[in-house]
Amino acid sequence: MALRAIFSKKTPVLASGFGAGSRCLRSGLCQARGVAAVALPDLPYDYSALEPTISGEIMRLHHQKHHQTYVANYNNALEQLETAVAKGDAPAVVRLQSAIKFNGGGHINHSIFWKNLKPVNEGGGEPPHTSLGWAIDTCFGSMEALVQKMNAEGAALQGSGWVWLSLDKGSKKLTVETTANQDPLVSKGANFVPLLGIDVWEHAYYLQYKNVRPDYLKNIWKVINWKYASEVYEKETA
Amino acid sequence: MDIYVKVSGETPPIRGRRGASSSSSPLPLFCRAFSSHRSRHLSAAAFKSPWRSPLAVLFSPQQKPLPLGFSIITQLKPLPLDLSNINLLCSLCSEASRRPLCSKTTKQKKHMHQFGKATKVFAYYGLTSPPYKLDALEPYLSRRTLELHWGGIHRGYVDKLNEQIAKSTLYGCTMEELIKTTFNNGNPLPEYNNAAEIWNHDFFWESMQPNGGKLPPGSLLQQIEKDFGSYSNFRDEFVQSAMKLFGSGWVWLALKTNEKKLTIFRTSNAVCPLVWGDIPIIGLDMWEHAYYLDYKDDVSKYVNDFMDHLISWHSATARMFRAQAFVNLGEPKIPVA
Repeated sequence: MALRAIFSKKTPVLASGFGAGSRCLRSGLCQARGVAAVALPDLPYDYSALEPTISGEIMRLHHQKHHQTYVANYNNALEQLETAVAKGDAPAVVRLQSAIKFNGGGHINHSIFWKNLKPVNEGGGEPPHTSLGWAIDTCFGSMEALVQKMNAEGAALQGSGWVWLSLDKGSKKLTVETTANQDPLVSKGANFVPLLGIDVWEHAYYLQYKNVRPDYLKNIWKVINWKYASEVYEKETA
Repeated sequence: MDIYVKVSGETPPIRGRRGASSSSSPLPLFCRAFSSHRSRHLSAAAFKSPWRSPLAVLFSPQQKPLPLGFSIITQLKPLPLDLSNINLLCSLCSEASRRPLCSKTTKQKKHMHQFGKATKVFAYYGLTSPPYKLDALEPYLSRRTLELHWGGIHRGYVDKLNEQIAKSTLYGCTMEELIKTTFNNGNPLPEYNNAAEIWNHDFFWESMQPNGGKLPPGSLLQQIEKDFGSYSNFRDEFVQSAMKLFGSGWVWLALKTNEKKLTIFRTSNAVCPLVWGDIPIIGLDMWEHAYYLDYKDDVSKYVNDFMDHLISWHSATARMFRAQAFVNLGEPKIPVA
């Protein structure tokens, strides 16, 4: 555990869900070769804890396969980047950028995503009664309007991507943004801080909802962790 | 993809009831739509669903897979066919027998329905079936995958495009025209995505066949060896290209019209090689919905199974022959007598 803390560059993920009954696999990939490596964060809940909204099979594949692949490929790309930078190989450095953006973005986005979800019996889906709630009412009119807007934008997104509730650090305004593929939210604006992100890649819902993405978007609000979003919001607007 | 014709009119009359129209001519209803010197008396009621081609009614009351490359109507123009002698099978009765509509009014032998006055003729795009049954690609692509992919997603694109086109100035194009116009040189219009995805999926179904894979036949193999070195080089390059795709997209084997050679490349989301004037030979759908149910996250197995067991070299050869009518690949080998 300490070894991971030294070698991972990510912010520490809450590991508080690890009671004796936890069945989450600790598949932390610790790359001891370079300090820039990242590791797969653990989920703070069981794979099946979000049923029936998101099936355990999807959570397991999403975490153990997809996110793991992003982590591994990102670490690979970083190693190659280090070599290329050391050698002064500019074409190689530029060529690696798309792999870093894709896999690194995938790691960042999914790390936020796991924190954005919470089982219903631990408070998932409970709307915020804090300053974030007020801000939502101010910027969007009501929680329902926000949900509708995010669902509409998520459903309309062509191909793969993410839909975000984002906070503009400069103007302190909330907006709904979408990004394509695994682009992180900062690629839309350097001042944007992600409060909530919903993965609308097909792997996030296809096994359960098939091609009916609107149903997935409608249901995912039942397990959204507003507490995390509020914390981030308060930290940024403090 | 076919273009069908829907004719609007008054509310469809109940079968058996004589409509208010003055048409009682014994001519089949299809002819009347396109005879300009008569008033048009057609009704959408003649077709079981508005999206069904009149000729589809003629040939098959149920949705049957069409043979490879078969296309009923590809131009939105009045049909140049003389249909005055064709009797239509009535889809409302869904029977091949022909009965008079109402026994007390007519001695006509042809089956006819009475109809209201037609006011407008709409054309729309239709959903083409794959040239094989939905479970024919098992065990590589399950029936459920095809049901959802073709019946749900592909059909969804068709319906959405028809909704968009109905109110747009782009009404009336063939699919290729529509794709090139709406691509708009890289700033796609809203209709582009639906149109291109329809075309891509039609192409994809026809790029596969049951018991496919194996080696391409002679002339295509020669061309592949000329452009890639060997079949295994080509196969490796195709698989690698598919694995390197980020996000949703397609992998194509296409004949580049300018370089006059076969190339493998990938495109994002719905982009298709037609927009650059290239001629696609094989297309592989790399969107997750194409393989997720069967392969989950194992993309390389999906692509390898496609190359080894699904790819239709028959279609590829046919497309290659057709492409050679547009691209000169070299001196023809004229046999010496």
